Amino acid sequence: MAQTRFVEIGRVAYVNFGPESGKLCVIVDVVDAKRALVDGPVTGVVRQQMPFSRISLTEFVLPIKRNQTSANVAKSFDEHEIVKKWGNSHAGKHVASNVRRASLTDFERFKLMAAQKKKSLLIKRELKKIKPKH
Amino acid sequence: MVKWYPTEDVQKVRVKRANKPARLRGGVSPGQILILLAGKHQGKRVAFLKQLESGLLLVTGPYKLNGVPLKRVPQAYTVPTSTKIDISGSDFSKVTDAYFAKEKENTKKTEEAFFAPKKEKKPFSDAKKAMQKSVDAGIVNKVADPVVKKYLKTKFRLRNGMFPHTLKF
Repeated sequence: MAQTRFVEIGRVAYVNFGPESGKLCVIVDVVDAKRALVDGPVTGVVRQQMPFSRISLTEFVLPIKRNQTSANVAKSFDEHEIVKKWGNSHAGKHVASNVRRASLTDFERFKLMAAQKKKSLLIKRELKKIKPKH
Repeated sequence: MVKWYPTEDVQKVRVKRANKPARLRGGVSPGQILILLAGKHQGKRVAFLKQLESGLLLVTGPYKLNGVPLKRVPQAYTVPTSTKIDISGSDFSKVTDAYFAKEKENTKKTEEAFFAPKKEKKPFSDAKKAMQKSVDAGIVNKVADPVVKKYLKTKFRLRNGMFPHTLKF
């Protein structure tokens, strides 16, 4: 399948690792083939160079100009409610669920395991009904 | 200047300090659920009752739930979890280090005794069974949630992708 999300001015990206990991930022300019200038005034990413290897492109694009000022990037970010949209998106939900999983206590992990077992038992029962017997 | 040494070696008198009991670590408080890391009851989740004078931790399964009796455990062999249960209804003030002392057997070191067939193991004393029952009654009755009961019954197990240094307990 061809690329659907491109590196462009205004592309919202999610930082995977490094000191800014876990935050959203906006591509404001492209330095060279390996680096972009990103800014995330709303999410706490200081305007800086970021290698493309550290970020994942999201489905959101802001209509900003090249080298847009931080204040205007913030304005556009809030206008388009990116934080809310990210939270509702598939990738955003996955990230949030991973964060939740990492913070589970021993008791919560036990409850999760018990619930998972119950769920799989129900599924197996239903599957047995549908599956043809040998 | 060369250091002056006495002609005869003089032992330096070192003041012997009394051993302080181990500090209770990890914010552990009575009623906390601990995971035992070693011994017969590895992986079992037990209720912490109090720290004894020797520094060891007094724990109980409760016995009915997971087979762990009133037991002394060194802190280093436990992992405290963030779950707590109510143990205020249980009286374990009489359980001290002396409670766990082995009964002294009067064996004479004679040839007959050495070759005599080994004596049967002494059965677990009724007094201790009664103590276990009374201590546990105050705990088990207060555990209202059946999930918590199941939690105490289940052993802790590491699975693929679970790394202790990243786990929150």
